Amino acid sequence: MRLPAQPGERIDRARPVRFFFEGRSVEGFEGDTIGSALFASGRRVFSRSFKYHRRRGLLCCSGGCPNCMMRVDGVPNVRVCTEPVREGAQVRAQNVLGSLERDLLAAVDHFGGPFTPVGFYYRTMIRPRRLWPLYEKFLRNVAGLGRLDEHAGRSRRFDTEHRRAEVLVIGGGRSGRRAAGSAAAAGRQVVLVDERGAPGANGEFEVLAPARALGIYEGGLVPVDAGSVLYRFRAERIVVATGALEQPLLFPGNDLVGVHLPEAVRRLVDEWSLKPGERAVIVSADERGLAVADQLQRAGTSVVARIDLRSAPPRQLAARGRRGRLTSVVVDGRELECDMLVMSGGRQPAYSLLAQAGARIEYDADRGIFVPSDLPPNVEAVGSAAGELEPAAVPAASFDAAEGAGRCFVCVCEDVTEKDMKRAIAEGFDSIELAKRYTTVTMGPCQGRLCHLPAIRLFAREHEADEASIGTTTARPPWAPVSLGLLAGRGHEPAKRTSIHHRHEEAGATMMWTGHWRRAHSYEHAGNEALHVHRAVGVIDVSTLGKLLVQGPDAARFLELLYPNRFGDMKVGRIRYAVLGTDAGRIMDDGTIARLGEEQYYVTTTSTGADTVIEWFEWWNAVWGLDVETVNLTGALAAVNVAGPRSRELLGRLAHVDTSNEGISYLDAKEALVAGVPCLILRIGFVGELGYELHFPSPYGEYVWDTLLEHGADLGIRPFGLEPQRILRLEKMHILIGQDTDSESNVLEAGMPWIAKLDKDDFVGKWALEHVQERGFREQLVGFEMTDGVVPAEGGQIVLGGRPVGRVTSARLSPYLGRAIGMAWVPPELAREGAEIEIKVNSGLASARVRLKPFFDPDGERLRS
Amino acid sequence: MSFLLSCPNCGPRDVNEYAYAGEVTSRPAASPDLRELTDYVYFRRNVAGVQREWWYHRFGCEIWFLAARDTRTNEVLKTELPASSTAEAMQAPQEAAVPDTPAT
Repeated sequence: MRLPAQPGERIDRARPVRFFFEGRSVEGFEGDTIGSALFASGRRVFSRSFKYHRRRGLLCCSGGCPNCMMRVDGVPNVRVCTEPVREGAQVRAQNVLGSLERDLLAAVDHFGGPFTPVGFYYRTMIRPRRLWPLYEKFLRNVAGLGRLDEHAGRSRRFDTEHRRAEVLVIGGGRSGRRAAGSAAAAGRQVVLVDERGAPGANGEFEVLAPARALGIYEGGLVPVDAGSVLYRFRAERIVVATGALEQPLLFPGNDLVGVHLPEAVRRLVDEWSLKPGERAVIVSADERGLAVADQLQRAGTSVVARIDLRSAPPRQLAARGRRGRLTSVVVDGRELECDMLVMSGGRQPAYSLLAQAGARIEYDADRGIFVPSDLPPNVEAVGSAAGELEPAAVPAASFDAAEGAGRCFVCVCEDVTEKDMKRAIAEGFDSIELAKRYTTVTMGPCQGRLCHLPAIRLFAREHEADEASIGTTTARPPWAPVSLGLLAGRGHEPAKRTSIHHRHEEAGATMMWTGHWRRAHSYEHAGNEALHVHRAVGVIDVSTLGKLLVQGPDAARFLELLYPNRFGDMKVGRIRYAVLGTDAGRIMDDGTIARLGEEQYYVTTTSTGADTVIEWFEWWNAVWGLDVETVNLTGALAAVNVAGPRSRELLGRLAHVDTSNEGISYLDAKEALVAGVPCLILRIGFVGELGYELHFPSPYGEYVWDTLLEHGADLGIRPFGLEPQRILRLEKMHILIGQDTDSESNVLEAGMPWIAKLDKDDFVGKWALEHVQERGFREQLVGFEMTDGVVPAEGGQIVLGGRPVGRVTSARLSPYLGRAIGMAWVPPELAREGAEIEIKVNSGLASARVRLKPFFDPDGERLRS
Repeated sequence: MSFLLSCPNCGPRDVNEYAYAGEVTSRPAASPDLRELTDYVYFRRNVAGVQREWWYHRFGCEIWFLAARDTRTNEVLKTELPASSTAEAMQAPQEAAVPDTPAT
């Protein structure tokens, strides 16, 4: 079915390629597109239209129109006219119920007319309202184009690359290549983006192909879709050589299979040696359209008529067809039998990228096209994109119909007809932008390539206004269709692991996310692990804690300005709990601060707060300019907490320091060798038992962990995870920032008034806290214990007289206490020891009692022992 | 947003490398009354025009600096380190600009 070898032929007849269409084998050649190979196999119908499910064929055959969109290897909406053939590809039709030849939804075309006028979804299928679920189900089924395979997962890897170019040329046509060549000759570094052609460098400049510029964004950013890589180009100069777009004519039947734009014929004959039809009519506003007579002659297609719109434009033009295929064209009452019609309404500069860059788009009334002007600096247009086009006639906005003629399409993507446009105008959509939104003209897959100019011409005629006053609709990126995967880039899910991470995995821990950190949730049973800390000794990896070294002559002053606490009066080697706040009084973060030297403090933050805290520190010091430096040691240091009544004995075996209660007292910080590793020992008690936090260089993580487990074996040491730690801290009513506090919480109402030294001259948040004290508390954070065994949900309501008055922030069953305990925000009148409250649970209301002191070891005797 | 911003240390970089931290505010010098406090903590001028604002080179040299940017066009007229201008001494960071991270 191929013609003899054509001069510009792209196919390699020695290399056949086989693929499948609807399961049946189709053969093409290397150099074919899926579309050309299907055409060679005799296929003329390539899709069914969006709304009316009319048969559609290769209209533009250049990747612009929606007519050849198919599903290729599971990817929907592939324009097969430009998609190269691949061995074994599975190609299927889309948007059909049945097959391309027999599409049940084509009923819409025959019967749906009165029910599916423009904007039908705003007015039909609305009543009766009770039927809406049915309508919705139907509409959702038929709406949209193509279907994604929900189970396909991520099948391709996409990447983003940042590139620079001195000159970026968009468009690989004659003008683009000439511009690239002369810039390169002038010694500039040039990159040319070409939709077709092969990649590489030609000695003068680099060619990215096949690749498409998606838009020109703020700051001259040009994203370029190169298949699996998205290049983000910044160029000193951008040359737009996107060429011009062949425009269709508006006449009844202009969407029939067999109606082509000139470029389609040129490609079918010249590139793939295909005979496009038997009898052709050409209707053209320019020489380009008429010139395809050469191709047709070579292909053996007889040209029945050549109608030149420049010299003798007809009044009447209509196409007739049978079963969606062209059978004849009626010109001023004369019926010409034919199976193909080449239409050309002249060409329109492809100005979208220029408009996005900020160019003005003006109507040139003489030529009947929109041309770009007032280009922004560093952006240049060359060739047809700049408006350098051969002379052409301005065709009629639409031609008069013949008797019995069918629909006249303004937009083939969304099936918008001339009648729809007229109706929208009659309904009062008198601005082109509003009419666009109502009719969806220019909003389909072609993004206005084929319908923008005709729609404006029609709009102008109906309004008896000129096109210049109608103006254009806004050209928005992306200029070319792009897959979402490319925009999303590579699937990153960064995870931070501590240096002891693998030990937790080996021990069979259940891992969980806390921010970007991976942490052990528990090893066996959270409750038992918590119990074990009370009874013997446990060890937990707390390397995720933020660890900052604050150092310099102004270190004390700096921290006293940032935190509500006092630090200048601390003795070297002592530790204080600290809560970081903002000038709104809000709690940001908490941790401990140890004074390691006169001018040196070691600050710990929450596991997910380190980055925010260090940014916050540096931000304030950008203003204050104090003589202090903050170093983030979070990754450099590992940390473990050894806790439980037997922790002292264990530490005594390993540490080169007096570990007695006098040697290291509660809230002491000591530097010492532990198992030969230089450690900072912090005696603090987040979990409520005697305990020591060891901070040491990360590379020793596994060694210290192993050594502790080995030397503590006879003491019954066991690792414990984050969940048991949460139980333990709750028994002590130690708060978790972000869990027990939110963006409204301040230290006073959170029950930690001792933190705020309001007699200090100034600190961040002082004034807001003073105001809270003045106005009185609105709510308070308290503990509660359930009177029966129910554990309420976190976030559950505290109810008083049937009204919600507070909320649960934490709740757990404490195996040690044998009770369900928690923390909650309650009104001040309920914030007294023993107050009875009711909490909403699944089964109704459960009663609880307010507790103000820690459930476990309320006076801290265990901690200090 | 895809403009370039010039870090005083590193030079022009893609805006995505930075964290924007809002317009420069001025922290009251002495104990403010409630109105002054809420104005400072919660109210912004939100100008359509040139605005002095904080930026942080989060994915770069991690420095805080000030920029003068036209909020209508995103044209950045000037960037500088805060130390280079003493009149800036009373400007205060604002919590709203620091992203909330759930703390653990």
